[in-house]
Amino acid sequence: MLDVNGIDTYYGLSHILFDVSLNVKAGEVVGLLGRNGAGKSTTMKSIMGVVPPRRGTVSLNGKDITGQKPFISFRQGIGYVPDDRRVFADLCVDDNLEIVYRRSKDWTKDRVYGIFPALKEIRSRRAGHLSGGEQQMLTIARALMGSPELLLLDEPTEGLAPLIVRDLEQQILKLKDAGISILLSEQNVRSALKMITRAYVIDNGRIRFEGTVGELEANEDVKKKYLMI
Amino acid sequence: MENLFGFISPGILSQILVGLSRTVILFIVSSGLSLILGVLRIPNVAHGSLYMIGAFMAYSVSHLFGGGTAGFWIALILAPLGVAALSFLAERSLFQFLYEREHLMLLLLTFALSLVFGDLVKLVWGAEYRSVPVPFIFQGYINLFGGLPFPIYSFFLLIMGPVIAILLWLLTNKTKIGKISRAAAVDREMVGAVGINVSWVFGIVFIIGCSLAGLGGVLVAPTVSVTLGMDHTLIMEAFLIVIMGGLGNVWGALLGALIFGLTQSLGILIWPQFGIVFPYLAVVVVLIFRPTGILRSTW
Repeated sequence: MLDVNGIDTYYGLSHILFDVSLNVKAGEVVGLLGRNGAGKSTTMKSIMGVVPPRRGTVSLNGKDITGQKPFISFRQGIGYVPDDRRVFADLCVDDNLEIVYRRSKDWTKDRVYGIFPALKEIRSRRAGHLSGGEQQMLTIARALMGSPELLLLDEPTEGLAPLIVRDLEQQILKLKDAGISILLSEQNVRSALKMITRAYVIDNGRIRFEGTVGELEANEDVKKKYLMI
Repeated sequence: MENLFGFISPGILSQILVGLSRTVILFIVSSGLSLILGVLRIPNVAHGSLYMIGAFMAYSVSHLFGGGTAGFWIALILAPLGVAALSFLAERSLFQFLYEREHLMLLLLTFALSLVFGDLVKLVWGAEYRSVPVPFIFQGYINLFGGLPFPIYSFFLLIMGPVIAILLWLLTNKTKIGKISRAAAVDREMVGAVGINVSWVFGIVFIIGCSLAGLGGVLVAPTVSVTLGMDHTLIMEAFLIVIMGGLGNVWGALLGALIFGLTQSLGILIWPQFGIVFPYLAVVVVLIFRPTGILRSTW
């Protein structure tokens, strides 16, 4: 469904991604693993069009979407959950969900609250006043309102308490069961391994490994060199 | 009746009311300026020119319809719409391509636009003084508190102020475009990443903000002589009000306008020769204690 083919991305003059290729098939949860600063977030942003790649192509269901504006990518079915959360702090939880562009009636507010019941209880609270875990749930819920086919989850467990991380893992697996394909970037490899079936390991802007979870677990070299486990 | 409110004499009270009716114009114009500053982050120096154009359009429209009461009401609708059309043109042809530029660039662009608009007014309406008659039903005075005359038109302004404030509150809090614009004021990139075409949202907010300048121009027209240069003092006052209230905060604009209008009218009462200085002193005092404005700035 998602095909990233040899993209090179820059921030101004600094070259961040080098010839990154990856793909996500329908219904899959694929991990993009690597250390801080390895290029995970930039890869996500390149796919979404937030930071358009200078070379290479990104395509969704066979359609070229390279460098198109993020709002168009979203309307074509890509949900983006950035690592720094970025809830609309001024708006209440309900309004955060309501302003999202709805491409179909597949996901309604009730269905989203069904996955995140905790959010329903604080639906009229200002998003800026939520805890980190609640904000993380809200950004995922917000992306779901667009009925995405593909979710880009950028380090969803970053900075959250272990108990909350466990809840979040369950919720992400529910999304997988709902048929949403997910590209999940993580530093927290142990947490990611519970959710993904396949993984890419990225370091210094280059893909260093790709394979199934079993292959990754067997590869001590990659684990030690790039993931520090 | 003499000292109805204790030590507040009727003179002071009527001066307060005069100040408040002036406040209404200041509030309407600066709320538009603040809206554009907050959401689009454009310091729109041409906002004053749009106010002036609104006043001139009010002149033309009301004369076209015979200069009577009907003409005024039609002008009250048509002139802000005319200003909206002009700002739509400016937004789609210029601003929409420059949102990512630094503020200095935008400041220069809007300054250039204010010069262009000024010349445009000179071309279309000439350099003479124009006047817009007070609509018949608002002509005359009523006697307040023991015989002080107060213009009925000012009462009309005193009603318009809260009406616009409530409409603005409904717009920003109850409508989808208002909620989106509040989100975009803080994080426009993320608003785009949830499928919203930010460019159009900005366009609409820009037009709404500019029409408020036009509306201010129509409302002020019957109380002043409509002339070239009427934009100059106003744009300065509007910026001070917005800075005092908190950049991008529409309620800050309301507070700022209140402080500015009231210190102006009461200042004249206290020390007539230096009355004009008081609002500026108020700005200084406010900024010493609240350097980023009274209410929360969105910047």
